[in-house]
This record gives sequence, C-alpha cells and structure tokens, in this order.
Amino acid sequence: MIQVNNIRLRIFRSRLLYVTVCVFSGLTAIPLLAILGEVLIKGWKQLGWAFFTEATPNAYKAMMAASAGEPIPGGIANGIIGTFLMLIIAAVVAIPVGIFCGICLSEYRKSWFATFVSYLTDLLQGTPSIIIGIITYIWVVVPMKGYSALAGSVALFIMMLPLIIRSTEETMKVLPETLKEAGLALGGSYWRVMLQVMLPSALGSIFTGILLAISRVVGETAPLMFTALGGAAISWNVTKPMSAVPLLIWEFFNDPNLQSLIWGASLFLLTFVLLLNLLAKRIAKKWKI
Amino acid sequence: MQDKIFRVLLILSAVVVPLIGGGIIYSLTVDSTGAFEQFGFWNFVFSDDWVTTAGKEKYGALPFITGTLLTTFLALIMCIPFSLPVALFTGEYFRGKKIATFLGTVTDLLAGIPSIIYGLWGFYILRGVFMELNFSPQGSGILTAAFVLAIMIVPYAASLSAEFIKMVPSDLKEGAYAMGATRAEVIRRVVFPMAGSGIFSAYILAIGRALGETMAVTMLIGNTNQMPDTLRTTGNTMASIIANQFGEADGLKLSSLIAIGLLLFLITAVINIIGKILIRRARRV
Repeated sequence: MIQVNNIRLRIFRSRLLYVTVCVFSGLTAIPLLAILGEVLIKGWKQLGWAFFTEATPNAYKAMMAASAGEPIPGGIANGIIGTFLMLIIAAVVAIPVGIFCGICLSEYRKSWFATFVSYLTDLLQGTPSIIIGIITYIWVVVPMKGYSALAGSVALFIMMLPLIIRSTEETMKVLPETLKEAGLALGGSYWRVMLQVMLPSALGSIFTGILLAISRVVGETAPLMFTALGGAAISWNVTKPMSAVPLLIWEFFNDPNLQSLIWGASLFLLTFVLLLNLLAKRIAKKWKI
Repeated sequence: MQDKIFRVLLILSAVVVPLIGGGIIYSLTVDSTGAFEQFGFWNFVFSDDWVTTAGKEKYGALPFITGTLLTTFLALIMCIPFSLPVALFTGEYFRGKKIATFLGTVTDLLAGIPSIIYGLWGFYILRGVFMELNFSPQGSGILTAAFVLAIMIVPYAASLSAEFIKMVPSDLKEGAYAMGATRAEVIRRVVFPMAGSGIFSAYILAIGRALGETMAVTMLIGNTNQMPDTLRTTGNTMASIIANQFGEADGLKLSSLIAIGLLLFLITAVINIIGKILIRRARRV
C-alpha cells in the first residue's frame, strides 16, 4: 500500500527517480560520442584523394612504407566498388520482391498463408547474419565452386528482403481502405489501383524502409566473409571474389601491417551508414502518411 | 487477365520467404548430419571437446553454447539500467518533447553503427580501460564482449519499451495523479503494470539480437575453445567460433560448425518467435 503520511519521502523518491532516469539516459549517449569521436579523430588524417581511388596495398608494400617511415600507400577503392556493386545487385532483386511480398501480406492479411509468411519474415529478420553467411556458402559458393561477389549479393539480398517486406506491409496496412475502393469504383482494374494509387501513396515510408534496409546491410561483415571473401585488386567481375568496406576493415584488423588504414575505412563506413539513417528519418518525417 | 497475372506475381513473391526459411532449415540440417551422426546429437551438444588433430577429431558445442548464453545474459543485465531509463525518458517524462526526439535519434544512430565498428572501438579503447581497471588480464574476454553487446542492444530494448510505455492510457495515469500519487508511484503502479508485458517482450527480442551478434563479439571475446570458468576468462560464442574457423574448415569440422550454426539458428528462432508472439499480443491490448 502507498504510505500516505510520509509525503516528503514520497516526493523525494519521485524526484530521485526523475534524476536517475535523466542521468542514465544521458549516459547512453556517451558510447555514440566516444565511437564517433574516436573514428573521426583517427580516421580523417588518412582520408585523401588516393584513399578513395586506389586499391588496398599488399602487406609487403605496406611493411616497406612503414619501415621507411612513410604513410601506407593505397586506399579502399576495391572495397567501395565491391560494396556498391553487391548492394546494387542485392537491392535490384530485393526491392521488387520485397514490395510485392509486402503488398501480398497486406492484401491477404486475414488468410493463414499471410500470417504464416508474416511470422517467417520475422524469423528471417531475426536470423543471425553469420547463419546467412553459412547458408549462402552452401547455396551459392559450393555449387559455383568458388567465392564470388554474386554470392555476397545473395547474402545481402536475404538480409534486406525481410526489412523491405516489413516496411511495405506495415505501410500498406495503414493506408485507408477507401482509397482502394475509390480507385476501383472509378473503374480502375485491381492491379492498376494497387500499383498506381496505393503504392505511390505508400512510397515515402517504403523508401524510408529501403534506405534503412541498405544502411543495415552495408556494414555487415559476417555474411560476406564466406561468400565474397575479399580481394586486394579493383575488380568489376561479379563471378570472382570481391572485397567490401567492412571486409577490408576486418582484413586490416587481422593484418598488423595494414592497421593504420583501419580508421579511415571505418570513418567512411560510419559516415555512410549514419547519413543514410538520418536521411531516412528526414524522409519519414516529410512524407508521413 | 492482367489482374490474374498481378495476383499470381504477388503470391509468387510471397512464396520466396517460406522458400528461404525452409531452405535454411533444410540445408543446415542436411549439412550438419555428418557431425550429428559421428557424435550423436546430445553428445555433440553436451561435449566440451574441440580436437582438430587429423584422425582424432572430436567436436562439441558446449563451450560455445555456454559462451553465447553467458554473454547474452550478462549483456541483458547490463543493458537494463540504461534502456529502461531511456524508455521512460522518451516515453513518459519528456514524451513528445524535442529532447526526447533528440535522444531517440541518438539511440537510433547507436543502433545503426555496424557491428564491426563496435568491435574496433571495444578492441582499441575499451580493452585498455578494462585492463587498467583490472577487470581481466588481457582486457578481452566474456565480460568485455558482454559489455559491448549490452551497448548494442540498448537501442532495441529502449525504443520498443518506449512504444509500450507511450501506449498506457493517460486517463489511468490521470486517475492515479488525482488520487495523490507522485510521478514515481504512477510509473511503478500504473505504467509498469500496464506496459509490463510489452516491455518484457522488448527484452526478449533484445536477447534474440544479442544471441546472434557476430563481429563485435568475435573481436572481443578472445577466441579460446575451452569452457569459460569465470567471467574474466576468454571464450567463444557460437557465432564467433563459426566466424573464426569456418573459412578454413572442411569435412567433419565443417559439418560440426554447420551443426553449431543449426543450434544457433534454432535458439534464436525460438526466442524471436516467442518475442514476436508476446509483442503481437501486447500490441492488441
């Protein structure tokens, strides 16, 4: 029971909770600032034209440069190209499939099939990224008899798909039913109404969902380790192993000779991911249904 | 006609999801049979052997299952004192205010930072701090990994919990205030009981995330294959052993690693499905 008599103690307790909540909430911001600061301070020195246009040096070159007291030559162009190639291939497949699947789940929301697929989507979204890596290895790398950027794209596709489905489904579900009815009443055929009335009005949030999906997978390392593998040269051939920025960071982390490139690469990745996040937030605010 | 094609397309794209989901279970099961046949399912799960010498190969998953459960549990404990205040801050105290939106953005960005960058930060900065504080001899280990894991799951737990705290009807709160309750009492006796099941499911989903987290943990846990005896020792989780050894594995070892993958998949799947069922139920109320 609440003690009614001790009013001072109760007010004190209430204030104490208030202060505690504020202090601990403030503390949560520290890791973000610490990580941003760390990456920024150590990373910006490495950034330069060459960092974005040249491929990763091999360990020998890096060692020679280090022993001569020079900065390590080269950059992360191979990783940037790989990241974007794999992302584009993954997105080109995942976006239409995801949007169509999301529409389907919203349209047939009362059927057992949609409920089942909806739960499976949640399951897929929660699957650890390392499992996606293993599965893509089994599905793509083994039959193709070798690591390839294509395998990396498949892994990223599997990771993106549930995110896009979810955002499409949720947006379509909150669109007013009258919108569809109005379209149909005007004589529009079902597919026309869905694609030219419903989808455009949902596009803002779906686009936000896509941006968030991209920002989620662009930093993924685990699914690429056994699929795209990595490579030191700039390569455009998607049937061959290819590097990606997070893979390069992992490589630099494990190779003492290349360690000084690590923060520049991290700064690039972090900036890209956080900008995508902020952009998605802005769009979500602007295009709110 | 076109409508029919459109509907078929819709269904076809929806079939992709069960295909992938079923395919994952099928492929993991098929490719792990080698290990399970060799050692037996329960023997594999409860054995702490990890002998890679050719001819005497023997693999067991227990140290990694322990490592995963231990880091996840510790991360959960460490994340609560931060995620709950953030949830109260954004969902109750400063609900709708600018400062709450700002904190929301901060936690969203925290959720957006790639795992590998958390790993780098933990390895180069936090490890030094932990050594300085004498938490563990090399600075890396179960405790360090769990700490970074805790930071990584705070945003998920906080934003979901805040969603449920916001859903508590204000007439209930106003009723309590009218009866003379203080803010803390309202939170304890109205907000928590009303939002409790939702907050609980938020933490279940946070656990689901922590279980499968790979890169940051791999970089910080120290990667040793024995049973962790104290929190200060190094170890391995199911995800980190796969990340470390899958690349050069073949034969029985590959199959054992895939078996560990299957176990990890099953554990996270069960946790996630429970979390999602609870959350759907909590949202309906």
